[in-house]
Amino acid sequence: MENISAAKGRFKGKAEASGKVKNMSNDFSINGGSASKNFIEVLMKFIFFLCGMTAVTAVLAITLYMIISGTPALFKVGIIDMLFNTAWAPTASEPSFGIAYMILTSVIGTACAIVIGVPVGLLAAVFLSEVAHKNVAAAVKPAVELLAGIPSIVYGLMGVLIINPLMYKLELLIFSSSKTHQFTGGANMLAAILVLAVMILPTVINVSETSLRAVPAELRAASLALGATKTQTIFKTTIPAAKNGIITAIVLGVGRAIGEAMAIVLVSGNSVNLPVPFNSVRFLTTGIVSEMSYSSGLHRRALFTVGPVLFAFIMTINIVINKIIKGGSKDAKYYIRFQKKNFGYCSAFTYIFVGCHSRRNSCRYCGLCFCKRHRLDKS
Amino acid sequence: MENKISVTNLNLYYGQNHALKSVSMDIPERKITAFIGPSGCGKSTFLKTLNRMNDLVENCRIEGEILLDGEDIYSPKVDTTLLRKKVGMVFQQPNPFPMSIYDNVAYGPRIHGIKDKRTLDEIVETSLRGAAIFDEVKDRLKKSALGLSGGQQQRLCIARALAVRPGVILMDEPTSALDPISTLKIEDLMDDLKKQYTVAIVTHNMQQAARIADYTAFFLVGEMVETGATSDLFSRPKDKRTEDYITGRFG
Amino acid sequence: MACVFVRGIGSINLEFLTTVTSAINGTFGILGNIVNALYIIVITILIATPIGIGAAVYLTEYAKPGKLVNLIEFTTETLSGIPSIIYGLFGMVFFGTSLKLGFSILCGSLTLTIMILPIIISTTQSALKTIHMSYRSGAMGIGATKWYMIRTIILPSAMPGIVTAVILSIGRIVGESAALLFTAGSAYLLPKSFFGHIFTSAGTLTIQMYLSMSKAEYGQAFGIALILICVVLLINFLTKVVIKLGTK
Repeated sequence: MENISAAKGRFKGKAEASGKVKNMSNDFSINGGSASKNFIEVLMKFIFFLCGMTAVTAVLAITLYMIISGTPALFKVGIIDMLFNTAWAPTASEPSFGIAYMILTSVIGTACAIVIGVPVGLLAAVFLSEVAHKNVAAAVKPAVELLAGIPSIVYGLMGVLIINPLMYKLELLIFSSSKTHQFTGGANMLAAILVLAVMILPTVINVSETSLRAVPAELRAASLALGATKTQTIFKTTIPAAKNGIITAIVLGVGRAIGEAMAIVLVSGNSVNLPVPFNSVRFLTTGIVSEMSYSSGLHRRALFTVGPVLFAFIMTINIVINKIIKGGSKDAKYYIRFQKKNFGYCSAFTYIFVGCHSRRNSCRYCGLCFCKRHRLDKS
Repeated sequence: MENKISVTNLNLYYGQNHALKSVSMDIPERKITAFIGPSGCGKSTFLKTLNRMNDLVENCRIEGEILLDGEDIYSPKVDTTLLRKKVGMVFQQPNPFPMSIYDNVAYGPRIHGIKDKRTLDEIVETSLRGAAIFDEVKDRLKKSALGLSGGQQQRLCIARALAVRPGVILMDEPTSALDPISTLKIEDLMDDLKKQYTVAIVTHNMQQAARIADYTAFFLVGEMVETGATSDLFSRPKDKRTEDYITGRFG
Repeated sequence: MACVFVRGIGSINLEFLTTVTSAINGTFGILGNIVNALYIIVITILIATPIGIGAAVYLTEYAKPGKLVNLIEFTTETLSGIPSIIYGLFGMVFFGTSLKLGFSILCGSLTLTIMILPIIISTTQSALKTIHMSYRSGAMGIGATKWYMIRTIILPSAMPGIVTAVILSIGRIVGESAALLFTAGSAYLLPKSFFGHIFTSAGTLTIQMYLSMSKAEYGQAFGIALILICVVLLINFLTKVVIKLGTK
């Protein structure tokens, strides 16, 4: 009873804004408190919550819109006819909407870019973190950072003016006697692959270098103390220890390569063809860029279908890469099953797509992580 | 002698872990009460329940009753910010905020709505004097608090706690991160503080408890084993476990 | 790199920087595109930064670990993995068609807002996580409310991280083209009215560069490329400065 009346008294006091004297005296009730203060607290929490939900809403909206705008064409044309038909002739009198070549081009192009870019990038990262003198590394690092920041369209420009002429010369050389070859002027699959390979370099270098540097010095020392050479130490100890970071580097590289549009739209020749090195080809992304502006009707809806297809591919490729490289790891399998059971599919997917170690957040809180690194962290 | 805080049957759980087992004790006004015991015995946890800092911990569940000036601090009506204004806290690691010395001390009063420059100046000065650090910092009140030495930082944190005029000051091993000379200064300071404030201190240093505390409570694995006047507890412990501990047989 | 410099320097002159392309006057200049880019940067940052910081604060200070946090972090990571061309498509359909913004600066900015959200959230979040717990308990221990603590201790301490996030975002916006092509459009005119401009079509530097390249006017393209690279250099430099100041 006393408390309640005291609280009421205090409430009045606050309302009259005579807080100063009251606040400095010591005999006030701890009960009650100011309503406006509590209101602001709750309001701010709610506002922060809304901000937090923006990302969720955005992903939901994007997914939803991709499905809504993508499926009509898919069903009208027919799923099989669209995904596996090789003929893309949207403006012909009898239009055909097969995007098989585009899919194939995107997949093969990305794969080749990774095959070229990752070893180069990884070796560059090894060079920067293990071999190079401090000053040399300090000089090369800003160049890598610059490379990472350059807009993709600038890569496109370099591709058009440097790689394409080279390709053309090569083409003339190889196909000089061929009668069936359609000359592309250098704008072909190979050129696009090279541009993509250069584009993913900074991503691969930065991420792998960070993970290589995170390998404890004791590990290297232990290997060297066993009589291993520096090279053996790098390839048998340091790189395996940094495996998770390197996988992340590859996944991010794939993401960047398959989603890239502006850098290769003018480099790849842009006609729908079988993706062999010297053919003019069209990627999923460049298809959207080059046709969206003049398309209409079913043609436009078909282009919208390319979006979800692209998205699906990014997800699939990430899964496959994670499976291939982490397939042997029992830890990972157990963890995925565990996550599915306890936290639902969402966090299991997080693990599959981005890898538990790649992002610091996936299991930081749960405290139930069973992957090696975090087991160490916990103990 | 009046009791500032009285605790009855307090149980605290961290998830499944029963961290405090039906603790009952009184903390007398304007005295220093020390909590001693080996690491992990629950003494820090108990201290934190007194101004509800445990609210910030996940999975923490509390049963029982703690009365501060006759009001239950775990009643749902309680505004924790008012409670914490009344029951200030000094932490193990000196934790001045990354701002000037003046702003650090003025932080508390500003929270509670004091904006007047002159009132603030006055509060800052009295608080710094109260924490016996004013003379050392009076020329650099506008400089960053992070430039102070560890001992000075801790006294600044005490000044910061004093600035809101609390009735009770809780200290969680306030000297364990400090050198002997700074420790001595803070112990002297506590002796001054008890003229105006009720002080509760956690320490793992028995000599410190013996030197400064009027009352001492001994904790062991979540139980409050024994409490009493410091001189009694150290010279005539009633419980075998207390005796073992203070004679250095374990812990 | 050298190639860009050599060929870019040639095409940069006062006219290039200070005029607007006009067939009548026979000039080619990118002033309009620069102004458009600035508009887009400012508007996007103004919308995205508060939301991103709010989300980061929610994740680190308010949210209890569990499904919701996992969901938000998962979606944030998903957002950062979505290629910009898909943002472009989404922006065109959602902001452009459904919200009837058409090709406009606002439409482009809203699209980019979603795109840079992950950068701001994750950079701010890692800055917030490095703030020592003792600051939080210290502030709470003398009776600060949570919002007061965040306002006076947490956000000021995280400022270098937040500034880094903004600079990185600006870098991303400057270099972005695919997401803007279908949302902000490609006009290169100077604004007629200050606020009305956000509802008009506006191409940024990268878009203009793409158009120049498609028309095989490589001189112009090199000029813009040079400017873009200078901006990137400046941004990398600024990031380093801010990080250095922050660690002091």
